[in-house]
Amino acid sequence: MSVPDNLQYTAEHEWIALDGDIATVGITAFAGEALGDVVYVELPAVGDAVRTGDACGEIESTKSVSDLFAPLDGEIVEINDAVVADPGLVNTDPYAAGWLLRLRVTGESALLDAAAYETLIGGE
Amino acid sequence: MTSSRPTPLHAEHQRLGASFTDFAGWSMPVRYTSDIAEHTAVRTAAGLFDLSHMGELELTGPQVAQALDHSLVGQPSKIGIGRARYTMLCATDGGILDDLVVYRLAEEHFLIVANASNAAVVREALIERITGFEAELRDTTADWTLIAVQGPASVPIVATLTDLPLADLKYYAISTGKLAESNILLARTGYTGEDGFEIYCRPDDAAGIWTALLAAGAPHGLLPAGLACRDTLRLEAGMPLYGNELSAATTPFEAGLGRVVAFGKEGDFVGRDALARRRDEGARQVLVGLTSTGRRSPRSGYAVHDPESGQQVGAVTSGAPSPTLGHPIAMAYVGVGYDEPGTQLQVDIRGTRDAVEVVALPFYRRA
Repeated sequence: MSVPDNLQYTAEHEWIALDGDIATVGITAFAGEALGDVVYVELPAVGDAVRTGDACGEIESTKSVSDLFAPLDGEIVEINDAVVADPGLVNTDPYAAGWLLRLRVTGESALLDAAAYETLIGGE
Repeated sequence: MTSSRPTPLHAEHQRLGASFTDFAGWSMPVRYTSDIAEHTAVRTAAGLFDLSHMGELELTGPQVAQALDHSLVGQPSKIGIGRARYTMLCATDGGILDDLVVYRLAEEHFLIVANASNAAVVREALIERITGFEAELRDTTADWTLIAVQGPASVPIVATLTDLPLADLKYYAISTGKLAESNILLARTGYTGEDGFEIYCRPDDAAGIWTALLAAGAPHGLLPAGLACRDTLRLEAGMPLYGNELSAATTPFEAGLGRVVAFGKEGDFVGRDALARRRDEGARQVLVGLTSTGRRSPRSGYAVHDPESGQQVGAVTSGAPSPTLGHPIAMAYVGVGYDEPGTQLQVDIRGTRDAVEVVALPFYRRA
């Protein structure tokens, strides 16, 4: 299972790409595989303020539904309309076209690096 | 990895890149690539399933038919040789201990297929119930590997590997024969709402049969299919799942399956009095189908409400976005009076009440 080195992660199986104070967030390939085919993504509204650990959306597959948790404190600045229209992108391209939201980070949070996340999911 | 039991086809599943899940102590393929692709393959072409987790019990003896009439709610003594029936094992209070398929292999030889999670309960109950009859029970779960081919292309695929006259094998019939040069039992049964076969073979022959079916099926669009799509397929077909729709707290009447109880048979059977009372009183809750035009799916355990009063009138037992229909579907127990098709209800989906409509089951019926 691919765990790109250039991203950071949470124990909730989200990835975060930081660019200055803008964080792009998605769910990992591991999470997508565990969920199965994603058929519905509900995302927060642009402008929403979120705090680390807040449930701010939902990801639903044929088999189950799971919450999307805010990985950092911040304000939602963009959501991926393409993934709302085609939720399968979460499975097929989790680290690129399947990104979920962008937020402007306002606080610090402890994130995992790729090695720590790989250990968390059982390594390869 | 967990200590769950691999099936004789585990290496084949690994080779195909399956994800595994622990199911009733077995390590089972949950999907190979995509649940939706596997689901669609079964509806439009064919899917290949490993169902080795199912429990097999074989009963033999001069009084085996009477022993089973006494033990189960159906009437196995009336099953013709080479035929099968869907039936249930109920407790003395009428509660469902398992739903079963009973095959009659010979005059004095029955094969009972139980759900993996209930196999031990069924075995122990039957051992107790057949005591006093000239009948014997053997748990042959480890002697059989069960492979299913399901979908409209099942006949042409299986036909390439067997000389058995498939056109003569009716729905819910079973025959002995050879497939891919191995001895098998071939049954025209399944749990997907499609035509198809269930193939009982010896564990040593399983990998050869599996790979032969994969190869024969490939030109027809057959895909290996996991337990995830098996669940959405059975849900679309309105088929109950033990643990969701069926439990020791429900009788066949709540589940709309009162027809499986053979009150007319000779002799007493376990659960008769309680089941007769439930039949006469009528069920208080009824299993219904629900559909929604929204995007979020009702899931097992979610409360069903009457939109007029706001009161809870039932609970969802299974629900998912239907891959075939493209909208959420669910089964639920609701109070009598809320069960008419067309009734507008609401389901509390994680804090938001979404509108649903009661519909007749099944959601999907093959053409």
